[in-house]
Amino acid sequence: MITTTQLEAWLQRAATLLDENKEHLTELDAAIGDADHGANIARGFSAVVQKLAAQPGQPARALFQTTGMTLMSSVGGASGMLYGNFFLKAAGVAGDREALRGDELLAALEAGRDGIVQRGRAALGDKTMIDAWTPALLALKAALAAGQPAATAFRACATAAEQGMRDTLPLQARKGRASYLGERSVGHQDPGATSSYLILRALADTLAAPSEI
Amino acid sequence: MKKLINTVDAVVREQMEGMALAHPDLLRVSLEPKYIVRADAPVAGKVALLSGGGSGHEPMHSGFVGQGMLDGACPGEIFTAPTPEQMLACGLEVNSGAGVLLLVKNYTGDVLSFETAAELLHAEGVAVRTVLIDDDVAVKDSLFTAGRRGVGGAVIMEKIAGGAAEAGYDLARLAALARRVNLNTRSMGMALTSCIVPAAGRPTFTLDEAEMEIGIGIHGEPGQQRMALASVDEITTRLASEIIGDGAYTRVVHEFEPATGEWTELTLVNTPFQPGDRVLAFVNSMGGTPVSELYAVYRQLASICAAHGLTIVRNLIGSYVTSLEMQGCSITLTRMDDEMLRCWDAPVNTPALRRGV
Repeated sequence: MITTTQLEAWLQRAATLLDENKEHLTELDAAIGDADHGANIARGFSAVVQKLAAQPGQPARALFQTTGMTLMSSVGGASGMLYGNFFLKAAGVAGDREALRGDELLAALEAGRDGIVQRGRAALGDKTMIDAWTPALLALKAALAAGQPAATAFRACATAAEQGMRDTLPLQARKGRASYLGERSVGHQDPGATSSYLILRALADTLAAPSEI
Repeated sequence: MKKLINTVDAVVREQMEGMALAHPDLLRVSLEPKYIVRADAPVAGKVALLSGGGSGHEPMHSGFVGQGMLDGACPGEIFTAPTPEQMLACGLEVNSGAGVLLLVKNYTGDVLSFETAAELLHAEGVAVRTVLIDDDVAVKDSLFTAGRRGVGGAVIMEKIAGGAAEAGYDLARLAALARRVNLNTRSMGMALTSCIVPAAGRPTFTLDEAEMEIGIGIHGEPGQQRMALASVDEITTRLASEIIGDGAYTRVVHEFEPATGEWTELTLVNTPFQPGDRVLAFVNSMGGTPVSELYAVYRQLASICAAHGLTIVRNLIGSYVTSLEMQGCSITLTRMDDEMLRCWDAPVNTPALRRGV
């Protein structure tokens, strides 16, 4: 089982990882966007950590709801809406629980991903965060179905997200500000897919067995 | 960077505080969360018009709050979309019970934020509709991009819808009119210089003394083409030709349906301009270009419209949709019908546009 304490630890770790990578994210965004993704997303997750610290021990639904609302109100711009919507949709599926099985967390993440698709209307291959989320959740589903323990399954999830992130490099953007560059967006890694990978890596790192860290 | 600012972080807030002090008869200002509403909001029985977007385009949108135009405006940080939290609070404050129409410029951040706000307002029991503004013909393609951007057309839509709301249109009729304004409006802009976003501290892009950029957005986004500086007549001819020659632009938009709380997908098509059309001609400064030069643009625009058989029946000339201190201009043409003319001519009393009162 994955406890809400572990989920809180995940969000804290994601905040740290995004903060450490914020210049990298901003550089990626400067190439095909408006050079604010790193600062925006780091600010948003830092606000999440503060909010969660003020209300520790919330059940899964409330935890994700707080996270989603905080991201929406503190990030500004498209990525705040998309990640905010992700956590709000995940909250709807997570329920008032203290712990989730691997497949239950998968269902929450899938609902979140569907929330991004629904709000952003992006398809796989449009050079967006979906290009990290979709292969990642497929890998997670397969690993859990094969009976792998959570630590291994969520590591496979992060690895697939990383590959999906790298696979955005040759794509031409069809959504967001990068789409106005047309062919000039080819050859750049998508900043949203990159932050999505970092969030999933933080989850894998959190759930890793102590020997694996 | 040389700007009249105290600190970078305070730019938007201090501007709002200044507006509150300057126009207490017209506006009320909330700083947490940030929004501006007309002084007499909510106006009983009237549908409320709410718009917003990144700051840096003043007077749009805050300067258009008042009688005959917007009931509320939500400013984001400079060139950054406002949050749904702002729109929710603003929407609840301006709603009289007759509903709220959200006027949304087509930028990914603005669209996502307004869509979330529409759902939040709906959940609070407010009747909400949304209309998209996407008039920038510099973006050719809608299938493989986020679609045309919302630029000068926002002012035209806000004024016409504002007049109609004041005349007692209900929410559905008002949304239909606003959508018709958008489908009959086309714009294109150009830059002579870049702008400087305060937080960045340096120009967003650089243009040589002898260069200009055609087809820019209003945030210093890349344009269609960088080319050698030309005369005002040549620049005006280029912009006007692209607008007048624009074909039947097709896109799929999503509008909120208050009865079901769902998003409806609509395929909308702009009809090209035809000889005999009556048009409103709007010549706009990007912020740094003086009005004297705008009249030189208008002079040439008038002759091009006449050559294409378009009759200019109204005009608007000045700084209304700006990109901070950018030098440059945009041209907007709207095909007008009698209903739109009536609403355009209706009285308006806002900080940036005032007549007939």
